[in-house]
Amino acid sequence: MGARPDAIKKITATGAMRELMAAHFAELDEASHGDTEKVAWCTSVGPAELLRSFGFHVYFPENHGAMLGASRMAADLIPAANALGYSPDICSYLTSDIGSYVRKTTPLTRAFDVAGPPRPDILVYNTNQCRDVQDWFSFYQREFDVPLIGISTPCSVGEVTRGIIDGIVGQLEAMVPVLEGVSGVGFDVDRLREVTASSYRCSTLWKAVLEAARHRPSPFTFFDGTIHMGPAVVLRGDERAEQYYELLLAELEQRIDHGVGAVEDEAHRLYWEGMPVWGALRDHAEQFASLRTCVVASTYCNSWVFEALGEEDPFTGMALAYTELFIVRSEEYKERYITSMCRDFDIDAIVYHDAKTCPNNSNNRYGMPARLGARLGIPHVVVNGDLNDLRLYSEEQTRTQFEALIEQLAEHRS
Amino acid sequence: MNIEPNHPKLFCGVDVGASATKLVLVDQSGEVRSRTVRPSGVDYALTARTCLERALDKAGTDGASIERTVATGYGRDNVGYADDTLTEIHSHGLGCYHLISQAMTIVDIGGQDNKVIRIGDDGRRLDFTLNRKCAAGTGAFLEEIALRLGIDLDELEGLARASPDAVRLSSFCTVFAKTEILAHLRRGVPVSEIVRGAFQSVVSRVVEMSPLAGCVVMSGGVVAHNPVIATILSEHLGTPVEVAPHPQFTAALGAALAASRSSLSR
Repeated sequence: MGARPDAIKKITATGAMRELMAAHFAELDEASHGDTEKVAWCTSVGPAELLRSFGFHVYFPENHGAMLGASRMAADLIPAANALGYSPDICSYLTSDIGSYVRKTTPLTRAFDVAGPPRPDILVYNTNQCRDVQDWFSFYQREFDVPLIGISTPCSVGEVTRGIIDGIVGQLEAMVPVLEGVSGVGFDVDRLREVTASSYRCSTLWKAVLEAARHRPSPFTFFDGTIHMGPAVVLRGDERAEQYYELLLAELEQRIDHGVGAVEDEAHRLYWEGMPVWGALRDHAEQFASLRTCVVASTYCNSWVFEALGEEDPFTGMALAYTELFIVRSEEYKERYITSMCRDFDIDAIVYHDAKTCPNNSNNRYGMPARLGARLGIPHVVVNGDLNDLRLYSEEQTRTQFEALIEQLAEHRS
Repeated sequence: MNIEPNHPKLFCGVDVGASATKLVLVDQSGEVRSRTVRPSGVDYALTARTCLERALDKAGTDGASIERTVATGYGRDNVGYADDTLTEIHSHGLGCYHLISQAMTIVDIGGQDNKVIRIGDDGRRLDFTLNRKCAAGTGAFLEEIALRLGIDLDELEGLARASPDAVRLSSFCTVFAKTEILAHLRRGVPVSEIVRGAFQSVVSRVVEMSPLAGCVVMSGGVVAHNPVIATILSEHLGTPVEVAPHPQFTAALGAALAASRSSLSR
């Protein structure tokens, strides 16, 4: 199969996104150096809306983890955390972030001209992502001697029942007095409604961006998505995120109108299940472009769509949004979800990323690829790798697997 | 490339693997006219050129005969004279189906990785699985074991065949397996039992990759040098296991056939 030249098309809105992210980190930096503004660290699908309603600037260590992976700094930093007793087998976001703290080096300096992550006034987690986040934040609780509070979410949730939601609502409500104490601000339900409404609008726009990829050719790839999801992750509940996605969506709609695909001569459409291999993102994007293949949809990017935030009762809306999340759901739910995504996006094959240090976000481990293969009648590959630890990833083997998958798709079309 | 009169029209497939580079020349009818193999070494491009020169010598012709070349294997992008590339997964499928024209499950044990490739009745690939990236269960594992035991690779086959018994090497990790071997040596277990155990360990790693059903065909350098592994796999599965003719060359053959077909389709 002849390889085409790499052809990653630039998205013009990227400049605006970078400015927005830079402003966000500058604000965090300023807040952490002043006496009046407060900073909360929050897990990626933690109660960011509640925190913003108290006026906290919200910092997401998982976003920092992704930057450590994408900048390829992680492999040098993970050993520093290992030396402290954090196993190389646990979350490599955790180990690379703690390594970054220990070694006092961060990609934030180069990317956004700040010295490092802001000092926290409080640490807030939700175990819906995984149990590792609790231990991750516990490290910083000991380092900074600040309050650590969290939500414990059940795992492998099938039906999201009233009982589960009531339990989460109770935990959210129990956070209020602690947040009032740290922020010095009284709880204001109307402010919380405003923030959740903004977060909902951000989610709706982000979903529209992702759904643009249903068009053939797709104007947007999974790899674009992993970059452009930044505002949806770190600025949901802030109106600037909404404005950014309006801009991005307009550009993608223009591409659709003009028949412009993110990948030239799109021939194959893939679904990416699991985490990105952050340090290989560009390699993967270029290889698939050269194979005239567009990774059009993913579980990962869709995990930041929180439609339940539109609920009138903001606590119930938050509890639903945080618990309906793919990662915390049962195997049966996940299969139904991926089945529906593959049909909606007209998928030819699935790539499963088995991330060694992220079992919660590796959905190939309990026979799902074979079951979905039989149900959907499409092929798949399982790539052994990791989100951040490139020592667990074989570039050559992965390249060959991707190429062989596309050969197989092409052979069956011929 | 101009084809001079009296030069046979040949198609070249070159498989630059982690351990060895294999080259096959076929003619227009798909008949093999020449085969060459050399250690891949450190300069893949040079090795591929040397293989071509030797294969042309054997075929009694020169480079003007080569109509088209397809490179495959890990070093496929290093073959300067190749017109196109294919993955070794695709090439093994093409080569094995050419030799054994039926639906099959190919087990390729290479120097650095293993593949299980299912081929349908019509020769098209149904699916494939590669080993996890650890070298346990590959040719590299056997090389490590031979080194630890202080024996030549050539001796492995004879030792394994001579032993009715085998030790159980249960570790997934090559390094840990070597530690297990140390324990067996301390207990005075005969080397032949350890060697047979090493082959059984390779088979155990292969059967856990994917269900092996239907016609099972082995290819690759490991079975070429150690056909005992096909016997052990057959015992494990309880069904016959075929070994592709010239198993080390199936990917190179597949690539040569692809070169022939793509040339014809132009």
